[in-house]
Amino acid sequence: MAAPHETGKGLSQGARNALPLILFMIIGFAAPLLAVIAYSFMPPRSFGLTHAPTLDNYADIFTSNSYISFGWSMLFAALTVALLALICYPIAYGMARLFGRWSPILTLLFTIPLFVSENVRLYGWILFLIKNGVLLGTLKSWFGIEPESILFTPGVVLLGMVYVYLPFMLFPMTLGVSMVPNETREAARDLGASRWQVFREVELPLSMPGIMIGLLLTFVLAVGAIAEAKVLGGQTIIPITHDIEIAFTYAQNWPLGAALAVLLMIVVGTLVMLVLKRFDLDAILGKR
Amino acid sequence: MSKRPPILQLKSLTKSFGTFNAVDGIDLDIAEGEFFTIVGPSGSGKTTLIRMLAGMEQASSGDIILSGTRINDLPANKRPTCMVFQSLALFPHRTVGENIEFPLKIKGVDPAQRKARALALLDQLRLPQNYYGKSVLRCSGGERQRVALARALAFDPKILFFDEPLSAIDYKLRKTLERELKDIHRETGKTFVYITHSLEEAMVMSDRIGVMCAGNLVQVGTPNEIYSAPKDKFVSEFMGDVNVIPVSMNGSRTITADTFDKTFTVAAIPEAFSKGHLVIRPEFVRFVTEAKEAENVLEGKLYNEYALGSRIQYQVRVGENVFIVEKLRQHSSTLRRDQTVLIGWDAKDSILVTG
Repeated sequence: MAAPHETGKGLSQGARNALPLILFMIIGFAAPLLAVIAYSFMPPRSFGLTHAPTLDNYADIFTSNSYISFGWSMLFAALTVALLALICYPIAYGMARLFGRWSPILTLLFTIPLFVSENVRLYGWILFLIKNGVLLGTLKSWFGIEPESILFTPGVVLLGMVYVYLPFMLFPMTLGVSMVPNETREAARDLGASRWQVFREVELPLSMPGIMIGLLLTFVLAVGAIAEAKVLGGQTIIPITHDIEIAFTYAQNWPLGAALAVLLMIVVGTLVMLVLKRFDLDAILGKR
Repeated sequence: MSKRPPILQLKSLTKSFGTFNAVDGIDLDIAEGEFFTIVGPSGSGKTTLIRMLAGMEQASSGDIILSGTRINDLPANKRPTCMVFQSLALFPHRTVGENIEFPLKIKGVDPAQRKARALALLDQLRLPQNYYGKSVLRCSGGERQRVALARALAFDPKILFFDEPLSAIDYKLRKTLERELKDIHRETGKTFVYITHSLEEAMVMSDRIGVMCAGNLVQVGTPNEIYSAPKDKFVSEFMGDVNVIPVSMNGSRTITADTFDKTFTVAAIPEAFSKGHLVIRPEFVRFVTEAKEAENVLEGKLYNEYALGSRIQYQVRVGENVFIVEKLRQHSSTLRRDQTVLIGWDAKDSILVTG
């Protein structure tokens, strides 16, 4: 006894309306992903998708040095996220609770750099940090001291990554902190909690949705970072994204690049899933 | 009431925001075990007052003395008092049990003891034991009220403050919760300080009521005192629908209306009275057929009638003035609109107030 307009043609009204978007997603999102997955099973250095599938590329990854790049990427992403969490929480707390009418100005200041290309900003850092550049040049001419440039070290790569991804941690975190109802803080305090206990028992768990979104977002972005290591790091470390790029371009080994990309997706995807399973965002956000 | 020693004393307590005094020099003693309610319209400073008492707002001047000790500078977490918020401020990420146990956890009570206390409180607050593990987000409004009260009781405070916790609850449930709260007050014997904008709510529960207006306590007294002897126009109007007539006294000690020509018979004239208001409750005004049936009689036209559940309210226009008359439903009159009627009341049922 289904409604007449829902039978016959086989597709419901909703499904028909969603059709253009579904097609767009298939062509724009699913197809390239499937192509990459398919390529990862093709023989090394082949360019078609018609060969017999093979696991050679995956075997190559584990016999080559790519795992080192993999490790660098994961390590630097993890360090970036950890540093960002420590740096951004106090700022987020201030923006949500303390700065009042200065918050929008601060938001603007943190947003403006996003309007400039990441590469341009990184080259700006080079000019600032390079030997005889803005920083060291000034120190030399004013104080006569000549410290070593920190450019082209792993540390400066980390600095660059923290700098580039800061807004992506800050804004979700600010949202998270501002979602904590002020009266729950007051109630906890009233019930005898010290400031630290209020933070641990109420503040942190209740702002967790925002914090989690910030952590996941910056981690996923940082794992895919490439420009910081190239520009600032001068290739002292090689992230996995660099290996993928080399495989697709210079080495002309699409299947190897595809296999690396698939592996990266699997590892990052698994991590994200595990975290989301542990912190059920829906449950924390639910009914509020 | 006043024979018991005061647990909380306020001495010219003031809170200023710039040049504006939200709370303007309040003196008050609250006795141990008392249910004291502060009533006032929004903006009267009652929330600021209770927030100062709970330690969430710093007093600008004056003293808050708890059991003989000045506690002005004690932060909220060091005060042996506890507040039930208007929003209840339950911790949404925790279960009913965890919410109730929160103050015990902070005190470092061991988990088994905490749970036993929480279960006992669930019982006392008429909540089922299996609510212990339930998310507070899945509780109804009335259940959340009870959880918030249980959490506050778990803290075992010397004084419990309530900041209009029932204001967002529908009428029927509110009536139930008001009675429950009064029962809990009796069972625990604790001092309750409650604020509300509803005098009706205050009447049901309180031992004493303080009526607040523009940062001052206008009148403090038992519900009966406030009801039968309001101090001024503000207090009497705050009680609900009343007839208030602006009056003056002339040289021969007679009271006449300011806006129309009528002299009133009153029971007593306060000392140094010259100008004020005559207050008559609508239930004391009755329809009469002859002028001699009541000590004060006015002629007017019946404009409309309103059914108020058990009572019926009539609006009678006397010239430009509107009078309200209330009768029990079973005594309702068969009057028509625009009919000319005589309304009257006796001198003893009217109150002359200065303000």
